[in-house]
Amino acid sequence: MFDRILAMLAKEFIELKRDRWAMVRLIAPLVIQLVIYGYAATFTVNHVSTAVLDLDNSQVSRALISHFVATGRFDIVDYPSSQAQFNRDINTGTAVAGIIIHAGFAKGFANGAGAPLEVAVDGTNSNTALIALGYVSQIVGVFEQERAPPAVGGGIGAAPRAVNISLQARPWFNEGLDDRWFFIPGVIGTLAMMQVISLTAFAVVREREMGTLEQIMVSPIGRVEFILGKTVPFFLIGFGDVALVTGLGALLFHIPFIGGPLVLMLGSTLFLLAAIGFGLLLSTQSRTQQQAFALNFFIVNPFFILSGFAFPIAAMPVALQWFTLINPLRYYIVILRAVFLKGVGVAVLWPDFLALFMLSAIMLVVSVLRFQKSLD
Amino acid sequence: MSSAGARIAITASGVSRHFGELAAVSGVDLSIARGEIFGLVGPDGAGKTTLMRMLAGVLRPDAGSITLDGIDVLADPEAVKPRLSYMPQRFGLYEDLTVAENIFFYAELFGGAPAERRARTAELLEAAGMAPFRRRLAGQLSGGMKQKLGLVCALIHQPSVLLLDEPTTGVDPVSRRDFWAILYNLRESGVTIMFSTAYMDEAERCSRLALMHAGKVRLCDTPARLKQAMPGVLLAVSAPDPRAVRAALAEAPGVLGVLLKGDHVNLRADSTARAGEFAAILGARGIAYTAITPEAPGIEDVFVALTGAQAAS
Ligand SMILES: Nc1ncnc2c1ncn2[C@@H]1O[C@H](COP(=O)(O)OP(=O)(O)O)[C@@H](O)[C@H]1O
Ligand SMILES: [Mg+2]
Repeated sequence: MFDRILAMLAKEFIELKRDRWAMVRLIAPLVIQLVIYGYAATFTVNHVSTAVLDLDNSQVSRALISHFVATGRFDIVDYPSSQAQFNRDINTGTAVAGIIIHAGFAKGFANGAGAPLEVAVDGTNSNTALIALGYVSQIVGVFEQERAPPAVGGGIGAAPRAVNISLQARPWFNEGLDDRWFFIPGVIGTLAMMQVISLTAFAVVREREMGTLEQIMVSPIGRVEFILGKTVPFFLIGFGDVALVTGLGALLFHIPFIGGPLVLMLGSTLFLLAAIGFGLLLSTQSRTQQQAFALNFFIVNPFFILSGFAFPIAAMPVALQWFTLINPLRYYIVILRAVFLKGVGVAVLWPDFLALFMLSAIMLVVSVLRFQKSLD
Repeated sequence: MSSAGARIAITASGVSRHFGELAAVSGVDLSIARGEIFGLVGPDGAGKTTLMRMLAGVLRPDAGSITLDGIDVLADPEAVKPRLSYMPQRFGLYEDLTVAENIFFYAELFGGAPAERRARTAELLEAAGMAPFRRRLAGQLSGGMKQKLGLVCALIHQPSVLLLDEPTTGVDPVSRRDFWAILYNLRESGVTIMFSTAYMDEAERCSRLALMHAGKVRLCDTPARLKQAMPGVLLAVSAPDPRAVRAALAEAPGVLGVLLKGDHVNLRADSTARAGEFAAILGARGIAYTAITPEAPGIEDVFVALTGAQAAS
């Protein structure tokens, strides 16, 4: 039986070697997506183009404006001289955010009667708007703390009101709240999953399309031997993916790697087995590569969105939360983030390991059984 | 095992398979002796491929039983595999692998001593006239070459039963000749060969053949006896416009069937004595003809007589 698996493996590697673009197709998407997530995909908003209408024109109002500029979050692109021009700036998109400091700001600030400040944001990109609004209240809060005469209450009547109690939020594990640190472990899992599921599915469907599958099935090779010979290369490729993205992440983005490599390897093994199981299952449901392509899309996208990669699972509707239970990426991302950022081991992560183990076992058994049926 | 069991290589009894409403194969009984070259003849859609796949154990029948070399294929498909070779209508080759690598891969799947394997590979490549192409990628071979490579791969493990599904469809005449030379050689060494074809002329090459139509085996015998079994006699009418002849005589008294054969029409009639009557009808209608002569029936004539269908010729 070992000879036959080796024969399959040798054949697979010769085919891979002959495929001149294989390496490009395997590696380019990884690097491109890593770079995209590393550099472009971030929740941090910087350099929001801002218009400031200073109707007070006092020393205090100018100090507030310089506070805004100093943070780097806001770029002041225009100082309109009238409300009409201010509106035009926002409407034409010249400025995404606008700040109006009304007349009497300095006076109100000094005597505690309330200093009128108005903030307008372009809500068409609600994410940016909300984040920018958050910054405004932060900046105003800091300004208030620094400048307010201690005896006087009240504060600034900003639209998003600055809280008087200063909330000390100190994020753990990712103290700079660097989005890259949050994303890149997830990128590893997502990319490995996409590649392994689709490679497995396409490779098996291709043998079916070429007629080689039927040919092989009349030889003494067993179903399990065939599947092993067929999928071991993709398992290795998946491991290569994990190693490559981890290495690049450390090199380019200085992602910490606090946990143990063995924990990562165990988690990756279980995860890749589950991904191969899904790929095989997909191949049993597809007669042609087009069908496999469409099915692949319908599996991989929901897995990606419902993995906790970008959107917290706890915020999803309950039905979708249930669905995430069969999503291997969900568990793997927990393990990846823990290994990279927290350094915890199996003692803490065992529920995720157990879930991945059961998922991969079930998927492999089901897909091998279905594979048998699909030969008819 | 009884002596009859030892002489029989393939049996099928009551083999049926449906796809939805369609009865692709229904109630087929066959018994093929060791060393036969057995032909399965029928037009496209007759059920040849479906029957072959069931014999090879890749498709399960809905009903019936199959034995190969005395082994029950349905109960023990694994036991048959080393003795059997099945070559599908389109043999699955790995196009990114060379000729030699393809052969080596299929040889590995079946096991066997490497030295023996090398000798056999060389011998088969030689017989197929493919020795100079060992290092060529399978994807770059011509259609006939691909088919011969498929046969070489299928024969590498020295099977005792060979199932070939339309092995020569779309193959050039030279490759076809090589192909048949290999098959006749195999028969010498006692290999049982069953092949399907839609070419009636190839049917003449086999020891026995089964005429298959609409999922059923209509008749099964030697080519000579099948021809005798044709009801009526055959008269060939050569004419410049055979279509007009067919139109004129199709409904004439004594005509059992008409088959257009390129430059002439084969009339199946109840007696050769009708020739004069047919000549008179053609004369009366003013249709030109050069001769009306008795003709020995071919397999296609038998097939048409039995099924009313005209197969590819
Ligand atoms: N897998 C299948 N699913 C549905 N119908 C099939 C399948 N295989 C064959 N058929 C149908 O069964 C009939 C017999 O087909 P086949 O055995 O391929 O005939 P042949 O080989 O003589 O041309 C055809 O009508 C074909 O469409
Ligand atoms: Mg066919």
